[in-house]
Amino acid sequence: MKRSVAAGMIALGVSILLLFFLNLLLGSVSIPAGQVWKVIWGGEASNPIWGNIVLKSRFPQALTALVAGSGLAVAGLQMQTVFRNPLAGPSVLGVSSGASLGVAFVVLLSGRLGGVALSHLGYMGEVAMTVSAIIGALAIMLLIVWVAQKVRGNVTLLIIGVMIGYVATAIIGVLKFFSAEEDVRAYVVWGLGSFARVSGGQVMTFVIIMAILLPLSFLLVKTLNLLLLGDGYARNLGLNVRRARMWVIVCAGVLVAIVTAYCGPISFLGLAVPHLCRGIFRTSDHRVLMPASLLAGAALALLCNLIARMPGFEGALPVNSVTALIGAPVVAVVLFKRRKEDTGE
Amino acid sequence: MKHEETIRLSGLAIGYPGKHSVKVVAEGITQSIHSGELTCLLGENGAGKSTLLRTLSGFLPALSGEITILGRPLRDYREKELATVIGVVLTEKTNLQNMTVTELVGMGRSPYTGFWGRLSAEDRRKVDDALALVGIVPLRDRMVQTLSDGERQKVMIAKALAQETPIIFLDEPTAFLDYPSKVEILNLLHRLSCEMGKTVFLSTHDLDLALRVADRVWLMTKGGTVKTGAPDNLLVDRQTGRFHFEQ
Repeated sequence: MKRSVAAGMIALGVSILLLFFLNLLLGSVSIPAGQVWKVIWGGEASNPIWGNIVLKSRFPQALTALVAGSGLAVAGLQMQTVFRNPLAGPSVLGVSSGASLGVAFVVLLSGRLGGVALSHLGYMGEVAMTVSAIIGALAIMLLIVWVAQKVRGNVTLLIIGVMIGYVATAIIGVLKFFSAEEDVRAYVVWGLGSFARVSGGQVMTFVIIMAILLPLSFLLVKTLNLLLLGDGYARNLGLNVRRARMWVIVCAGVLVAIVTAYCGPISFLGLAVPHLCRGIFRTSDHRVLMPASLLAGAALALLCNLIARMPGFEGALPVNSVTALIGAPVVAVVLFKRRKEDTGE
Repeated sequence: MKHEETIRLSGLAIGYPGKHSVKVVAEGITQSIHSGELTCLLGENGAGKSTLLRTLSGFLPALSGEITILGRPLRDYREKELATVIGVVLTEKTNLQNMTVTELVGMGRSPYTGFWGRLSAEDRRKVDDALALVGIVPLRDRMVQTLSDGERQKVMIAKALAQETPIIFLDEPTAFLDYPSKVEILNLLHRLSCEMGKTVFLSTHDLDLALRVADRVWLMTKGGTVKTGAPDNLLVDRQTGRFHFEQ
């Protein structure tokens, strides 16, 4: 049992390394593998443009995909456990809608009021979008946490969260209606989600923030394991259920807020990866599922990014379409296979 | 085994506080429960058996009166401490997937494990003991979702045993079970109370079985009163089907 878990983790780790390298190697410009290898280890490529492409474009993008994928998968796992609902995902509480709302306010209103289309502002515009997304997402999250203290039932909280998401989407619709066309376009492009948008300096900020947040989410493994048993049993085993629920929501919410702020709303990964991991490792133990989701999320995001960037698709395929197209069959196959094994026993 | 008073209720009122009015389910309960005894809580549906159990477990605050557990007021216990004093088996069905019986029983060790919830060799030995006591060693590697209701009930009892609490509350542990399983579960609980000196308090609708194994019977009526007595003194009114104690 233990050995198979270790083997699974190692396999995931190796596939991440492999996919990461493929992300650096493949793209619309073909660069020999040897040259890419050389650039990774600080060498000079025979063509300086190659070095630039690998280091300035593909490397930040791969890094973003890796970190964003882990973040969303971990957040999804936490949400599914705390709501004991297999369909819960990182976006279920309206946190990503909150991020969208923040961006919509800045992108759509600034054009309307200031007469300056933010999409034309370049770097400052990007920062403004990131900041507004974080503010929007965290504002919605605080609202949810406040509600979580008031209501007892998980289902009630889930429904309220979904409702808040709808309200946010509705407000965005109204804003869109009154906005200039090019601002709407800028907003829609943001909404498609992308690992490529994060530029040089911002990548490091993003990675550092996530490098702090992801280990913090591991502190919740025992809490999450207890929550699996249901509120009554969890409480009887010494858990303050209300406080635990709040911390899990805060943790998942902040992860989603940051990822959405930098990459736009990326759907599906957060919902699918935890199922994938439960299927592969056949356990509910979060001491296994947390690291597994983190690794599998990173691997799947790298794979999706790779496919979105295949020659011919460059710039054309939004990550969101790929995550669902690749992810859905993978998860379906894993679950289906397991069902067959279960009935075969 | 000495029979000592482990739980004392004095002037206890239970129910649900609302915004405008308080719904009192039962009041004026002054009783005690002893170690080494199996106490059965009987009563019609809606009499408030679950409410009483939930209040005693610390899930619901008492409306008034005092609950004293091992000589200390219930409300003075912190959550972590209470987890080592009271173990519960609830009616709520856990929708667990992909967890083995051993892992689930191991969750009973949570109050004693460290930050990550890792089980020590000592913890694992106690889990093994609990599995053996309940007689479910052959099930140890089975996934919880593949168990029958009776087996699952035994697993939850093993969880409560692994929790090593002097007091165990069970809310209708025999519901949904076939007759032999009911007998088996109640005999098991009786054995645990008299051999290990545990205080076992359970609610049930299985009158005849309860009377056979119980050391004491509590009767809750819809009027909100609780009477106690020996099982032998309980009488059934043949016309209404209601029971009462011999005067």
